[in-house]
Amino acid sequence: MSRIARRFHDLKAEDRAALVTFLVAGDPDLETSQALIDGLPASGADLIEIGMPFTDPMADGPAIQAAGLRALAAGATMDRTLEMVRRFRDTDKVTPIVLMGYYNPIWARGPERFLAEAGAAGVDGLIIVDLPPEEDEELCLPARAAGIDFIRLATPTTDSARLPAVLLNSSGFIYYVSVAGITGQKRATAEVIGQAVRRLRAATDLPIAVGFGIREPEQAAEVARLADAVVVGSALVDSVAASLDPSGQAQPELVRAVHSRVERLAAAIRTARQQS
Amino acid sequence: MTAETASSTSARPNSLRQGPDARGRFGIHGGRFVAETLMPLILELERAYEIAKKDDRFKAELDYWFKDYVGRPSPLYFAEPLTNVLGGARIYFKREELNHTGAHKINNCLGQILLAQRMGKKRIIAETGAGQHGVATATVAARFGLPCVVYMGETDIERQKPNVFRMRLLGAEVIPVKSGSRTLKDAMNEALRDWVTNVEDTFYLIGTAAGPHPYPAMVRDFQSVIGNETREQILAKEGRLPDVLVAAIGGGSNAIGLFHPFLDDPEVRLVAVEAAGHGIETGKHAAAIAGGRPGVLHGQRSYLIQDDDGQVAEAHSISAGLDYPGVGPEHAWLADIGRMEVTAATDDEALAAFQTTAKLEGILPALESAHAIAATIKLAPQLAKDQILVLNLSGRGDKDIFTVASSMGVEL
Repeated sequence: MSRIARRFHDLKAEDRAALVTFLVAGDPDLETSQALIDGLPASGADLIEIGMPFTDPMADGPAIQAAGLRALAAGATMDRTLEMVRRFRDTDKVTPIVLMGYYNPIWARGPERFLAEAGAAGVDGLIIVDLPPEEDEELCLPARAAGIDFIRLATPTTDSARLPAVLLNSSGFIYYVSVAGITGQKRATAEVIGQAVRRLRAATDLPIAVGFGIREPEQAAEVARLADAVVVGSALVDSVAASLDPSGQAQPELVRAVHSRVERLAAAIRTARQQS
Repeated sequence: MTAETASSTSARPNSLRQGPDARGRFGIHGGRFVAETLMPLILELERAYEIAKKDDRFKAELDYWFKDYVGRPSPLYFAEPLTNVLGGARIYFKREELNHTGAHKINNCLGQILLAQRMGKKRIIAETGAGQHGVATATVAARFGLPCVVYMGETDIERQKPNVFRMRLLGAEVIPVKSGSRTLKDAMNEALRDWVTNVEDTFYLIGTAAGPHPYPAMVRDFQSVIGNETREQILAKEGRLPDVLVAAIGGGSNAIGLFHPFLDDPEVRLVAVEAAGHGIETGKHAAAIAGGRPGVLHGQRSYLIQDDDGQVAEAHSISAGLDYPGVGPEHAWLADIGRMEVTAATDDEALAAFQTTAKLEGILPALESAHAIAATIKLAPQLAKDQILVLNLSGRGDKDIFTVASSMGVEL
C-alpha cells in the first residue's frame, strides 16, 4: 500500500478527514522552508503538498505567485526541492509528500529523470496543474508506471460527461477545486461542496480532498464533515509572508507562526465530525 | 473567397497545411497544457470553431467585415525606392498597416468576435503587448457591443501610451499587470487567471497564433487572408509566385498568416525574423527559436526562452509586440522540419530600418515590421534582380514614435 493510501486508510478508521497543507519549496528561504516542512507532521498535517516554484504560475493567485518568486529569488531549484524531500524522509517515513506545480520545470529536466529522482527522494504523488487528461502521455502514465500517484484536479467546470476522463488515470486522491478561479480567492458554500463531493463519490472510490479558499479552522471543520481531506494553501503562505521583515527576511517567529496556524486547523478538523 | 481557397488546397495528401493533429500538435509542439477548469472551455471553443469553419454563412460574414470594416484586400505595394537602393530582389510590401486599427491584428479579432457572438459569450478579455491587439480587440468589442477587458504589462503601458488611450476611448478597461516582467507574458498569465475565474460568460480573444489548441490553428486561419490575398495579387502583378516571403515573429500571427497559404510551394522560401534585442549572445533578446529550446507555457509546447531549470526567462525587444519568450507552435514545427528559415534583427537594426523606410518609402513601419525590413535589407542584395521578395508590413509605426525618438535622443 502506498503512503497516500495507507494514510487515508488509517484516517478512515479514525473517522476523521485529513489536513493537507501546502507550502512553496524554498519560501521564504531554503533553510526556513526546510524547518517549515519538517515540522508539519508534528503540527498536525496529515499530507504535505510542496509547491515547485515556477516563474509563471497561471492558476495561482497573488499569494502563491509571490511565494514562488520569493523562493526563486532565494535560490530554489528543482534539485533543492528534491533535496528538501530527501531530508524530510530521513526522519519521517510515513507522511505522504505530494509535489505540486507546473509542467515546464519537469519537462526541462526530462520526465523520466524527474520521476526517478522524485521517487528516490520519497515523493508519493504529483499534482501538475497544466496537464489535463488530454496530455496523460506526457507525465501521468509514466508517473503511474514509476509508482508515483498522479492526483488530478476536478473543478466546477468538470461536468458529468467529462468526469470519467478526469478519473480514468487518477490515483492517490481526487483534488476537488471548489471554485472556478485561481488559488486563494473565493470560497464555495458548504452546500455546493457537499453536492460536488456526492457527485464525485458516486463516480470514484478514491478519497476526495477539497481546497481553494479555505483559511480558517471553522471553514476547515465544515469541509472536514463533507470530504476526506481539507487542503489549506494560500492561508499558510500568507502566514509566511506576514512574518517577513520589511527587507523580506524571515523573522524568528515565522516557523512557529505557520505551525501554530496548522495546529489550529488540525484541531478543528480532528473534532469536526464529533460535533456534527 | 479567402477561406475557400485555403480549404480547397489544404486537402492535398502530404500537405504541410493539414496540421495540427487531433491533439492539437504540430510535431512535438502545440497541445493543450491548461488547467482542468479551462479544459471544458477549450473543447467547447474547438467544437464551435469546427462548426463555424465549415459554415458558408460564417465565411460570408467574415468576408463582409474584412471588406467594409477593415478595408481589405490590403494592397501589395512595389517598394521601388528600397528595391533600387538595395540593388537585389524586387521588394513588395503587403500593406497590413493600412487596415483599420493599423495592423494585421484586426483580421483575427473579427474572426474571433464573430465566433464569440455565435457562442453567446457576453464578455471579451484579451492580452496585449504593443497594444495593437488590444486596440483591435477593443475596436471589435465596441462595434459588437460587448464589454472588453484588456490586460497589459505595466512596462508596455509605459512605452505604448497612445494605444492605451485608444483602448480607453474605445470603451475597454485596460488593467495594468504588475507581476513578473510586466510585459506580454505576464499579461497573458493574468488573462488566463481572469478566464479561469469567469468561465461562464467570458471569451478569451488571444491575439497571436499561440496558446492551447485550437487557438494557434484558429488564429492562423483568420490571418491566412494575408497570404491568400498576396498569392492572388502577386500572380496578377508578376505572373508567378514570390521567391521569398519575410515576416517578423513574436508569437507569429502575421508570419503564419502570410506563410501558410504557401507552405506547399517548396520554391517559396519562408523567412521568419525574430527579435534579437541587444543581440542573441547577450541573453537580452526575444528570439525563442534561435535562443530558446522547447518548453511548456501558456497552454502550448514550443520554443521558449528559459533557464536550465525550466524557469521562463524575461524576453527583451525594443518592440513590445515581439517582447515575448515564446513563439507559436506551428512556427516551431516549421523550423524543426526546415520549411521555414529563422533569422533575427537587433533593436538597432530595426531602428535603422524604421528610419530607412520612413525616408525612402514615406511609410512609418511598426517596430515589429521594422525587424522584417531589417532582415530584408540584409537579404535582398544577395538575391538576383528578377527575384521577388514579399515582406509583411504588419503594422504602422505611429504608436512607436516615442520609442524611436528616445532612441535618437529626441524628446517629444
